[in-house]
Amino acid sequence: MSSTAQTNPAAASTAAGPAIRVEKLRHLYGSRLALDEVSFDVQRGEIFGLLGPNGGGKTTLFKILSTLLRPTSGTASIFSTPLSDAAGCRKHFGVVFQQPSVDGKLTVRENLLCHGNLYCLGGSELDARVANALQRLSLSDRAGDRVETLSGGLQRRTELAKSLLHRPPLLLLDEPSTGLDPGARRDFLQYLRQLRDQEGVTIVLTTHYMEEAERCDRVAILHQGRLVSVGSPASLKGHVGGDIVVVQSGDPQSLQTKIRQRFNCEAQLIDGSLRIERDRGHELVRDIVESFPTDVTLVTYGKPTLEDVFIHLTGHRFWAEGEAA
Amino acid sequence: MQALLPVFALWRREMVRFVRQRSRISGAFAQPLVFWLLLGGGLNASFQPAGTAAGTSYVAYFYPGTIALVLLFTAIFSTISTVEDRKAGFLQGVLVAPVPRSSIVLGQAMGGTSLAVIQGMMFLALAPLVGIPLSLASIVSSFLVMCLMALALTSLGLIIAWRMDSTQGFHAIMNLILLPIWFLSGAFFPASGAPAPLRLLMNLDPLTYGMAALRRCLYLSGSGNVGPVPGMASSLLITLIFAAASFAFAVRSASRV
Repeated sequence: MSSTAQTNPAAASTAAGPAIRVEKLRHLYGSRLALDEVSFDVQRGEIFGLLGPNGGGKTTLFKILSTLLRPTSGTASIFSTPLSDAAGCRKHFGVVFQQPSVDGKLTVRENLLCHGNLYCLGGSELDARVANALQRLSLSDRAGDRVETLSGGLQRRTELAKSLLHRPPLLLLDEPSTGLDPGARRDFLQYLRQLRDQEGVTIVLTTHYMEEAERCDRVAILHQGRLVSVGSPASLKGHVGGDIVVVQSGDPQSLQTKIRQRFNCEAQLIDGSLRIERDRGHELVRDIVESFPTDVTLVTYGKPTLEDVFIHLTGHRFWAEGEAA
Repeated sequence: MQALLPVFALWRREMVRFVRQRSRISGAFAQPLVFWLLLGGGLNASFQPAGTAAGTSYVAYFYPGTIALVLLFTAIFSTISTVEDRKAGFLQGVLVAPVPRSSIVLGQAMGGTSLAVIQGMMFLALAPLVGIPLSLASIVSSFLVMCLMALALTSLGLIIAWRMDSTQGFHAIMNLILLPIWFLSGAFFPASGAPAPLRLLMNLDPLTYGMAALRRCLYLSGSGNVGPVPGMASSLLITLIFAAASFAFAVRSASRV
């Protein structure tokens, strides 16, 4: 795993300041507002998640940060290089796209060599880097295989190896675990963490998986183009009062009224379920079940998750747009 | 030299992909071959190309036109793959690398041109079948003209590719722009037999001049009649301008993205 030739990429950009600074970014597709005055900083060495449902604006933000889309207004900089200097910014980051950007007809090694050439790397220096990247991502014995013959997990690892070849201090990933089975997803996240811990690489990823967002240092929640909140998963969950009790019923409206009258607490009706945020939620579970045994078909109780944070902040379910998780 | 590495990498990728994708050979080489055999063979007995010497068979007349079709089809394939690659494929990664757009387009154009010319040269080997006597001079000069024509057509394809977001409307563009450019180039029928408005369009078609240069190169060694097509010098000059202008415009199209 360790390599003597490995330099710390984060050290390459020595100046202080955040890895990414985003200020009042707005983007319109025609007349549709996709991003609305979004501002935040990403600190160096952070694993930063952009969380939101599809259509929330995170892909637009990702495209802007990876210099593929010019914002309608607002500014952003990457290691103090403004995005308007696209060529300057591109040196600072590696990108893993949601759709594969490796060439399936080429072997793993050919893909890496080609990518190295794009960064004007060549000769023995490039050979050494490719060998190193293959080894670090445990791809060495598949180096001669065409990418199209690899499993989804191995293809994604090839993408990652490719994006790290020029040793960028920042890695941008768009929905990196889409299409991976849970095991491969865990491995992939584990590797990202290692990369941050050992080499100080700043990692920014978009995701709509709560469990992925939970593992970020900080999360920005995007909803309908607006930044709803930014913070560590723990602090975000702190916004939500106490515990979460969700009650299902054959007639949720009438149960909602009954709960309000009996316990003086407001139950939100979301997608046919009643949702209550409350301290000492376990007592409420007992009370509701004892008071309305015939109305209740199912009760769940738990500590708030990021999904609860999302509901708390937006009043919408995360999957409200009719998508399957 | 370092700055040419990305260009070389993109060119080499096209070459490797071509070798590994047999279907592409059948698309760009076998299809024109079938057209030539069926159309040329079918029309051969019925038509004497207007303005050519008696005894010029249609199948021989159509032969250089088929070479141009090979070049055009290869350019069309590059165009389609560029659109797909850009949205959800290999080019995404290229676009976020610190590579100038001009280098990307140069690599693509070189790749497309090489593939087109390789297939054009394969087709050239069939020349003796239609009684075209090949000499070293005619092979070399045909090769050079093919390079210019292929660069022009590939660049034309890239202009379209970099301006399109999906391949959805591509069939319309192919049928309304790319194929008419070929139809009107004198590849399929000579200008001398066409009605005046069509002849005007043929004179405006930049590919007409590449076609004329190619005919003149094939018949360099004298025998046969190329018919009343534009002269060699003006044909070469206009083809050169066509290639250079298309390439420059392709770079501009790519730089907007």
